[in-house]
Amino acid sequence: MQRTLISVSLVTAALALSACSEKPQDKTGIRSDQPAQAGTGVAAFTAPGWTAGDQASWSNHLKARANYGMNDHQRAPK
Amino acid sequence: MARMKFICDAERCIECNGCVTACKNEHEVPWGVNRRRVVTLNDGVPGEKSISVACMHCSDAPCMAVCPVNCFYKTAEGVVLHDKDVCIGCGYCSYACPFGAPQFPSQGTFGVRGKMDKCTFCAGGPEEHGSQAEFDKYGRNRLAEGKLPACAEMCSTKALLAGDGDVVSEIFRSRVVQRGKGAEVWGWGTAYGTAAKQGA
Repeated sequence: MQRTLISVSLVTAALALSACSEKPQDKTGIRSDQPAQAGTGVAAFTAPGWTAGDQASWSNHLKARANYGMNDHQRAPK
Repeated sequence: MARMKFICDAERCIECNGCVTACKNEHEVPWGVNRRRVVTLNDGVPGEKSISVACMHCSDAPCMAVCPVNCFYKTAEGVVLHDKDVCIGCGYCSYACPFGAPQFPSQGTFGVRGKMDKCTFCAGGPEEHGSQAEFDKYGRNRLAEGKLPACAEMCSTKALLAGDGDVVSEIFRSRVVQRGKGAEVWGWGTAYGTAAKQGA
């Protein structure tokens, strides 16, 4: 009887004290972002000439785009 | 791996604010927030120079270092982005940024700062690419569409260069060689560091 009483009181105390424990404060942080070369999946807005998911294709496409669009010395007649 | 960088060629910038307009229009940036702006040095003095300034996506970004909630992250291409769901609008990043890039929309009755907003290098944010949620929070994700930032692609004089660091620096270098002047790149050293001098 006494043993039961002790066990019950211990369980009750444990439950009561659990309310005093600290809530987890782990910051969630940022959610992971997809890599840019994954594409948007919206064909209407996607520039042609590269393959979504292929990092090298995407990177080379942007390099070519930068050279074509911004390097006017390269495009001007010599 | 590409390392995305901005260069503004002060010899070419004519202060037309086309980059500012392109950015505002592309991302539907709210009233009072300017992710990009044109700054004129020695305004009114002969030889004045204008440069287009926004977040430079620094190599060792001070905003990332001071953010108390760690809302910043850097993509594999070196683009510094942030999660608006984590940002608390404290403004520490704006004090740390040497370019004045972080912007805070006025939201709330007493002018309380809203979530920080800044240039994303047209790379969106931590939402599904091309989604409405991404557009609403961060603007358009042009990088994922295989395009470069709208500001640079719209620049009429091609003063603003954006893209892989190797490509844009080579374009700029060839210009300097051809014209024989204007080698100063404002903010480059601050944002991306300077090469270590030999023997130093």
